[in-house]
Amino acid sequence: MASVAEPEAKADLDAFREEVRAFLAENFPPELRGKNNLLSSVEEAGEESPAEKAWRVAMGEKGWGTPTWPKEYGGGGLTKKQARALEEEMAKVGAWNPIGGMGVMMLGPTLLEFASEEQKHEHIPPICKGEIRWCQGYSEPNAGSDLANLQTMAEDKGDHYLVNGQKTWTSGGQWADKCFCLVRTSRADKHKGISFLLIDMHAPGVEVKPIKMISGMSPFCETFFTDVQVPKESLVGEEGQGWTIGKKLLQHERTNLSGGGALAALNSQPLGKVAERYIGLDENGKLADAELRVKIADFEMRWNAFLLTARRAMEESKAQGGVSEISSILKKAGTKLGQERAELMIAIQGYRGLGWEGEGFEQKELDGTRAWLFGKATTIYGGSTEIQNNIIAKRILGMLDHQ
Amino acid sequence: MAVLNDEQEMLRDMAREWTKNEHPVGAWRKVRDAGEPFDADAWGAMAEMGWAGIIIPEEHGGSDFGWMSLGLVVEELGKSLAASPLIASALAASAIVLGGSDEQKAQYLPRLASGELIGTLAFDEGPRHAGLKASASVHDGRLTGTKAFVHEASRAGLFVVLASDGVYLVEQGQGVTLSSRALADMRDHAEVDFNNAPAQKLAAGGDALAQKILDRARVLTAAEMLGMCQAVFDTTLDYLKQRVQFNQVLSSFQALQHRMADLYSELEMTRSAVEGGLQALDSGFAVTEAAMLAKARANDALHLISKEGVQLHGGIGMTDEYDVGFYLKRARVLEAAWGASSHLRDLFATAKGY
Repeated sequence: MASVAEPEAKADLDAFREEVRAFLAENFPPELRGKNNLLSSVEEAGEESPAEKAWRVAMGEKGWGTPTWPKEYGGGGLTKKQARALEEEMAKVGAWNPIGGMGVMMLGPTLLEFASEEQKHEHIPPICKGEIRWCQGYSEPNAGSDLANLQTMAEDKGDHYLVNGQKTWTSGGQWADKCFCLVRTSRADKHKGISFLLIDMHAPGVEVKPIKMISGMSPFCETFFTDVQVPKESLVGEEGQGWTIGKKLLQHERTNLSGGGALAALNSQPLGKVAERYIGLDENGKLADAELRVKIADFEMRWNAFLLTARRAMEESKAQGGVSEISSILKKAGTKLGQERAELMIAIQGYRGLGWEGEGFEQKELDGTRAWLFGKATTIYGGSTEIQNNIIAKRILGMLDHQ
Repeated sequence: MAVLNDEQEMLRDMAREWTKNEHPVGAWRKVRDAGEPFDADAWGAMAEMGWAGIIIPEEHGGSDFGWMSLGLVVEELGKSLAASPLIASALAASAIVLGGSDEQKAQYLPRLASGELIGTLAFDEGPRHAGLKASASVHDGRLTGTKAFVHEASRAGLFVVLASDGVYLVEQGQGVTLSSRALADMRDHAEVDFNNAPAQKLAAGGDALAQKILDRARVLTAAEMLGMCQAVFDTTLDYLKQRVQFNQVLSSFQALQHRMADLYSELEMTRSAVEGGLQALDSGFAVTEAAMLAKARANDALHLISKEGVQLHGGIGMTDEYDVGFYLKRARVLEAAWGASSHLRDLFATAKGY
């Protein structure tokens, strides 16, 4: 059977590639080639140039920024194979996906699973078009790793909820239009008293204060809700179902954070080559700093083992049709390695790996300093390493809850 | 676990059942107490199941199932510390598959595939593996030199020997003298002295032949070590779930949970590296680098897990009566085989040009 079906599928895929090429030729502005800003998800959205806007709109209208999401809500409706072909064709011409952010990475997949039809039609198309920015209202000053301890209250007032409380670590909160939020609709039960609410960041009573981080950036905010009225239609799922929905969303988040994501890509120069430039080789052709040479080799070998593990997790989940057990170690291991790499870069570059601003540094050296500091967040956010250890111990290894 | 085909799954399940039921760690304990290098009956059973011929072509009596298949079997044997010359003999066979003439293949491979002949590699000349350096030399078809710590030497009928100008086959017999070397793992090791021993060169395979053999030795040893990592990890986890202290089972303590989560992470990364090595051997792509990675990862993970295994078992882990100490001792021997981590990192950096 496969022998009959496959040539046909291949022909379909070839035709699709043709369509992609034609689309890219017509719509991708050549001046944007390779200009994807990998830090954009943690930076302020600058003014879009006309070319950038045109590119985002073109991709958004096709639904190809969210290629595998259903067409009826604005997605591309593509198969996985087609989505891969799209990615490959874009890479060939230096094009990139202009549609991203938390709406795409986290909220969209969650809405597709839990939201009502009306909510899907209202919220998913603007995500697919990259028209609005979402932020995440989970953490609170006393509900970080112990997330279920959150206290922000949403009181039922008949036709609306009245929301009061404080969130923190709201990434991109100052630039966001809307917030997907975990709120307390009942104090009776720690977990079942939590609901999943979509809140307009421009509503009266919402106040945002950016927090300046050690990296000098302020991508995180404190968000205060004072008597904010949120319509009842903004509740996703049932009242009290928020913990279940919220946890599911965190799985999407973890998957996206495991590789150190954009920051890892930013640091993709091979360390050995970088070291050769800064340290030089001795008469035997080895790096002049023997200890550092060993550290770099050790790191690169462990990093390769991590990449092999990520590949294995993907192959396993494809074969099993579910999530591989080892995906839970990817966030823990990947973020740790990302941090080790940043520290090694400093060890290699010396003072020039610590440049803050101004003269005497290359741009990528300055970027490296910020990436090193920002990267410290990776083992804290999205479920800290310690929380990942708890999850591994209990869910995978079957170790008991402490008494 | 890599995604396996049906054939590989069957083979793995067979190996798993056999080691669990017929050849658990207790079997090795008996062999050790009897002072034997391995259980001859068990080796006969392994050969009968076709394991000695997994990487040998069908026309020479093997099944040609590939390295991933052999690795799966070796991993299971590693779990129960099964003593057998399977790895050594398969590596010797692979040397002939890669570098032997038609006559050499016809002469040795069928007997290696059936398990009747045991082969082993004799490469190293000192206490530390030194890559492809060898001073043993051959004149007029006769090899002279001393090889240190040759694994499975006492029952070997065929030595694959690294000499200064290539790789040679030497049969046990004239000009070959063994001096037993008892290491902490109590497995079969000997210093082998070759004095004008008749030697045939493995002429095919070119200059890279010795490296190719070494790559295979690293990956297959890493597969055994992966099995050991898994066994120590599983045993330790079971122990923590049973042992009660301060009126609580140990597995409820967060400090211990986090240590186990760390070990689990190491174990899974090691599995990826070892399976990656086996896949590289089967595909013939980037083999040397994958082999260095597999062995270095297995070294580091088994070092850590075998050490933590003893520590987390507490006093009982220190007793000879309990199995976990066997893994610790075997671990260090295998870490030294075919390149300690420091050696492999040096090679890796050199290969990458820094």
